[in-house]
Amino acid sequence: MSTDTKPDIDIDRSIGDFRYEMDYAYDAGVGLSEATIDYISDVKKDPDWVRAFRKEGYRKFLEKPMPTNWATKDLENIVFENIRYYLSQGQVPKRSWDEVPDDIKKTFERLGIPEQERKFLSGVEAQFDSEAAYSNIKAAVGEQGVIFVGSTDGLKEHPEIFKKWFGKVIPSGDNKFSALNSAVFSGGSFIYVPPGVKVKHPLQAYFRINAQNFGQFERTLIIADEGAELTYMEGCTAPKFETATLHSAVVELVALKGAKIQYITVQNWSSNVFNLVTKRGLAHEDAEIKWIDCNIGSRLTMKYPGVVMKGKGARGEVVSIALSGDGQHQDTGAKMIHAADNTTSNIISKSISLGTGRSTYRGMVHVPKHLKGCKNNTECDALLINTNSRTDTYPAISVRGQGNAVQHEASVSQISSEQIFYMQQRGLSEAAAMSLAVNGFVNDLVQQFPMEYSVELKRLIDLEMEGSVG
Amino acid sequence: MTTHSLSIRDLHASIGDKPILKGLSLEIPKGQVHAIMGKNGAGKSTLAKIMAGHPDYTVTSGDVLLDGQSILGLEPDVRARLGLFLAFQYPMEIPGVTIANFIRAALQARLPEGEELEATDYYAKLYAKMDALSVPRNFTSRSVNEGFSGGEKKRCEILQMAMLEPSYAVLDETDSGLDIDALKIVSAGVNALRGPNIGMLVITHYQRLLDYIVPDKVHVMSEGRIILSGDKDLALKLEAEGYDWVEKEHGAKATERALAV
Ligand SMILES: Nc1ncnc2c1ncn2[C@@H]1O[C@H](COP(=O)(O)OP(=O)(O)O)[C@@H](O)[C@H]1O
Ligand SMILES: [Mg+2]
Repeated sequence: MSTDTKPDIDIDRSIGDFRYEMDYAYDAGVGLSEATIDYISDVKKDPDWVRAFRKEGYRKFLEKPMPTNWATKDLENIVFENIRYYLSQGQVPKRSWDEVPDDIKKTFERLGIPEQERKFLSGVEAQFDSEAAYSNIKAAVGEQGVIFVGSTDGLKEHPEIFKKWFGKVIPSGDNKFSALNSAVFSGGSFIYVPPGVKVKHPLQAYFRINAQNFGQFERTLIIADEGAELTYMEGCTAPKFETATLHSAVVELVALKGAKIQYITVQNWSSNVFNLVTKRGLAHEDAEIKWIDCNIGSRLTMKYPGVVMKGKGARGEVVSIALSGDGQHQDTGAKMIHAADNTTSNIISKSISLGTGRSTYRGMVHVPKHLKGCKNNTECDALLINTNSRTDTYPAISVRGQGNAVQHEASVSQISSEQIFYMQQRGLSEAAAMSLAVNGFVNDLVQQFPMEYSVELKRLIDLEMEGSVG
Repeated sequence: MTTHSLSIRDLHASIGDKPILKGLSLEIPKGQVHAIMGKNGAGKSTLAKIMAGHPDYTVTSGDVLLDGQSILGLEPDVRARLGLFLAFQYPMEIPGVTIANFIRAALQARLPEGEELEATDYYAKLYAKMDALSVPRNFTSRSVNEGFSGGEKKRCEILQMAMLEPSYAVLDETDSGLDIDALKIVSAGVNALRGPNIGMLVITHYQRLLDYIVPDKVHVMSEGRIILSGDKDLALKLEAEGYDWVEKEHGAKATERALAV
């Protein structure tokens, strides 16, 4: 086992590719059955309704076929019997990094999480395999009545709010993987922002997979009450294993009247991770939900953040950047469901495919006939770096009724050898020229990420490009 | 002894099977400005791109020496960092990359590993050069050449040259597409860079530019060769009498000379 104990953070292409040896007090073993679910429910001391919810999810998981009729056959390489569904040291989330066990703490320190927290965050939750090791919210934010805890604590301590929305935005039977998550979920955040409270700095969750042939199934529920505002960010890494790892989260957002939620993801899983995530938000009257989604890592990502615009004047937005390197497939997109008059949605997607990488955009925009004054704008641009790189676009736009407007633009481009020559003539190496051009391609979207993340994004793109030429 | 010059020696080059340069020789000593004039299709841009290392062309024989060192085997960026600059006839657009970031990256590429460009000094210098070239300040945040007019592109090329301080610069039709005011500004910018530490090769097919950038020598190029060299008055003569007489009179002689070798 590779146990790298160098204390300093190496800035290299595999920033998350390290691992410390771990003993797990709780291990659901390999494979999935009713007994696995009971084990998880027992360890987590679930209330009965949660145990029942899990069992129901499990049933639906078994019923649902793999979506290989429209999605990639690579899904068939997931061997559910080989996966471990729950692993923890039995830790309860600590409020201070000093109390976090050393072996877990050093992982997060190496990833720079405590430092980021000090610098620019309102609160952090750090999940290690199945459970959070750390969860804290700055006192001033907590005093405004903001709740920021793990999903396990959320459902026990705040059942009245939790139960009202849990599983309502994304029913467990939405798809095979949301059903799987419903059966075995553990970790993730529960957030409630009271009416009118605008949380100034982002709350952040960091998801770390440490174990081999493991599945991480966090479950996040965020509710912004009337007029509330929140930015939430999530990051993730895992060491690279030979065996497949599964990450299958469900994230539900609820923005009540006039509320605003911005949800930012920088996904940098190692290239053995199947990342199959369901994310959807429910926007009430005049509310706004914006997903800013960046996918760089993983073997296969399937993720189509959605917004259901349920109230008049609601707005939904998805800004998506995908980078598919050699052997990777980023299958991403957006779902916009207009369900009230005068709702507006905007989708901007940019993908970069290099080497044998493949980027797929799937968009779904639905405006039923009886609605008025709805608007959608969709732009998807793909950049192909090598001749064997690949991109596909599947927009599904059903807009009916009068006075509803939809605008769709798509482009596929390449960086020309003349552009590279021009940049090289100014003294940039071929790799540096590529990086600069690729960063230029996504620049307008990267600007939408907080500074700390955009710097990191640029660095990740540079590293990917270095390996792609020469 | 090191020779301080950009030296092109009996250069033959082709694209695919098509020979374009057919024994071209030229010596530009540091501190001088030479002009190449010639009709469209003479091979002027090809010469510029071959010197800069464009991958589409094959050099079949001859050499290009920068201060005595052959640069033909080097990557374009290595040549650039040795001090060779090419102001393109058709500058490329780089969407999403601002001029400020582009020039900054180019300067950064010239620093030793681990050394960072000092941002304050950089911007001070950039703004000063922009002002001198009458480039509006808001250009720094515009993407390189994207949506620029012809004149803006040419000014931006000279701005890059001013920032990168090359030891040899090739300016390929920097005058084309410029109105008289822009031509004056660009020429003033080029003249400001003239001096003992730079050698320049100015490519044009109009004499007009050479009223503003007065060359030390003028060469006439035709069908991949220099067929006649002279002082600045040669440009005036060409303007008055056209290219045809030179080509008729000197083209044949050049062919004879080439065949005799
Ligand atoms: N990429 C190319 N493919 C084929 N022919 C080319 C290419 N580039 C230049 N040429 C040919 O080489 C000759 C010289 O072109 P060029 O160097 O652009 O001339 P100039 O700059 O003097 O107008 C022309 O006949 C042109 O058609
Ligand atoms: Mg030309």
